[in-house]
Amino acid sequence: MNSDFDQHRQEPDESASASAAIAAPESRVAGRRNFLFKLSIAINAFIGLLIATPVVRFLLGPIRPKGAYDSWIPLGKLSEYPEGSTLLAFFRNPTTNPWDGETGNVACYVRRQSSNSFTVFAVNCAHLGCPVRWFPQSQLFMCPCHGGAYYADGSRAAGPPERGLFTYASRVDGDTLMIQAGSLPTLANQARLKSPGDCPGRSSANSNFQLVKEIAPCSKTPNTGTNEPTIG
Amino acid sequence: MQQDSKHWYERTYDWIESRVQLADFVRESSAHPVPSKTASWWYVFGSASFVLLLLQIVTGILLATIYVPSAGEAWNSLQVLNHQLPLGWFLRAMHGWGSNFMVAVVLIHMMQVFIFGAYKFPRELTWLLGVCLLLMTLGMAFSGQILRFDQDAYWGLGIGASITSRMPIIGDQAVHLMLGGPIIAGATLSRFFALHVFVLPATMLAFAGLHVWLVLKLGINEWPTPGRLVRRETYLKEYHALTKRDGIPFVPQAIWKDALFAAAIIFAVAFCAAVFGPFGPTGTPDPTITQTAPRPDFFFLWIYSALAFLPPSVETPLIFIAPVIGLGVLFGLPFIAGVGEKSWYRRPVGVLTLLVVAVGLATLTHLGTYAPWSPHMTAWTADEIPDRFVHGSTPLERQGALIFKAKQCHNCHALGGLGGQRGPALDSVATHLTEDQIIRQVIQGGGNMPAYGAALSPPEVTALVAFLDTLHPPNQLPATDASRSIAETDKPAFKEPVESTKP
Repeated sequence: MNSDFDQHRQEPDESASASAAIAAPESRVAGRRNFLFKLSIAINAFIGLLIATPVVRFLLGPIRPKGAYDSWIPLGKLSEYPEGSTLLAFFRNPTTNPWDGETGNVACYVRRQSSNSFTVFAVNCAHLGCPVRWFPQSQLFMCPCHGGAYYADGSRAAGPPERGLFTYASRVDGDTLMIQAGSLPTLANQARLKSPGDCPGRSSANSNFQLVKEIAPCSKTPNTGTNEPTIG
Repeated sequence: MQQDSKHWYERTYDWIESRVQLADFVRESSAHPVPSKTASWWYVFGSASFVLLLLQIVTGILLATIYVPSAGEAWNSLQVLNHQLPLGWFLRAMHGWGSNFMVAVVLIHMMQVFIFGAYKFPRELTWLLGVCLLLMTLGMAFSGQILRFDQDAYWGLGIGASITSRMPIIGDQAVHLMLGGPIIAGATLSRFFALHVFVLPATMLAFAGLHVWLVLKLGINEWPTPGRLVRRETYLKEYHALTKRDGIPFVPQAIWKDALFAAAIIFAVAFCAAVFGPFGPTGTPDPTITQTAPRPDFFFLWIYSALAFLPPSVETPLIFIAPVIGLGVLFGLPFIAGVGEKSWYRRPVGVLTLLVVAVGLATLTHLGTYAPWSPHMTAWTADEIPDRFVHGSTPLERQGALIFKAKQCHNCHALGGLGGQRGPALDSVATHLTEDQIIRQVIQGGGNMPAYGAALSPPEVTALVAFLDTLHPPNQLPATDASRSIAETDKPAFKEPVESTKP
């Protein structure tokens, strides 16, 4: 097949000048073709790399820096959460697409310890992310997957989880409860080393930055593991 | 010439064949000699796997004509398939059961290849491709479970994300990459759709084609004979001598068993589909519905069980190291044991390893079907306390039984076989715990039980313990604290010992 094409290519040369055929020996033609073959591979490799770069960038598109997906969103009026109660609450994730349907909704548990003290727990078990269920009678969160259990303050009670429930940072804005949410709570974005700059309720996105600027004492919020009464 | 005497279809065939020139290749391939002993029912699982792959592709394409890969609509489109389109349910069932059969047949094929030593020289690459095909089959099963986009799929993705998040350093990025964004939503379904419908099937077809090509080029593995060792220097010569001496043409003398078995498997898939119907979908993928107990599909139950039993301290390392070791062994096998004995009579380590792995996986899978480690979330309202446990009890003990229900004790502790199995059954708890020990256990917890001190008032504890102390067989007294009994009897005897001895 190739030889057919070669002959067609060579014919005009031969007809143009008979001496040129002698001047261009077969080895020189072959050498040129080998070079052109290698050149074509090199050009294709270059073009391939050129195309691969945006493809890889596109594939890595969902990766954002820590906290980039999160924002402060309202979780309803304070009056919706009676003191001493733990209630299931819902919010629409700050970043959604119109076709996400109900998967764009997120559930969380709001615990109101006192008039101005809230803890907002993720429903995702700290073991493997199954939805924990709140049992007000026994004051326990129980996980249906592998049997993890947590106390009312979110601390680990039993089962395979190595830590307490994940929490969303929360603050009270006038008469509205605000939480910082946006990404699925997992060990990768919730497990943090405790540092003096980390306080419940304070924005955690740039806590290390804060730490450098000022080591502010935490506000007087009850920390986990208190003995305060949980049944009314 | 003779051209005119030929029928039109013969002329068409000749016209095509003179251009594609495949007839000789097909004739040679189909007539290639195989050792007569390999025309066995043990050698049918590979071809059956391939036929199942084709079945999955056909039923999958048909489902794709209706399915909507959108987080907001996928579940509804499955309902349309199940209930509105004629035989839509049957096609979904064929695809679902086809998937189960495919995983099963691929696993059996792999076990057969292992036990027959077929991975040894010169078929190492065939084995490596096969391991890749097994992984892709499991990948198809997992991504297919996600396309069902119901509650199990949603929380299955949550578990996948939780495991991914445990990767050191790049955990957060890996989760975003897996989910296609910050949460499980439309982008997640779309990327698993692309994986399930384009990437994996195309790769599987290419790998399976190469896998079959290698079987054709290298010949089917001969029936292992004890004492006939594989040596790199002599094997090919011996194999060719064997096929020359004892060979039969693959078509038709060996292939009929493959064909019959493939037909039986496809019929079995259709039978199960018709009788048992399609899988789910279960509830809508709405994360605000927390009243759910997610379960993985059958072939991933063993992972679900393993994750329940791993001690927390070694969980993360094991999740990442064990698969690497497992894959390392599978991929390294033909290089570690590429020559030597093929017969199972002379490979005790291999046979034992296979048995241990098979029994282990089967046990974990069986445990996964009833998940004794999970609390029964509805037991406290749904399961009853059998009559005999409260028959003739005092008002206080009966109040205790009510507290046993109201405080969800029943979710983890069974009575008379009803209730959860997370904690020990309490049918005879009074025979091995004294009253004081029961009080301590209830209030302080421990041994993987939460402490109920904050959730129970003192009267509630008294009533609950009074009830628990009645839980012993009629002919066996409850456990008593000997020192306390002495203290009680030393005093003027004005009352019975503290433990209830109700028959």
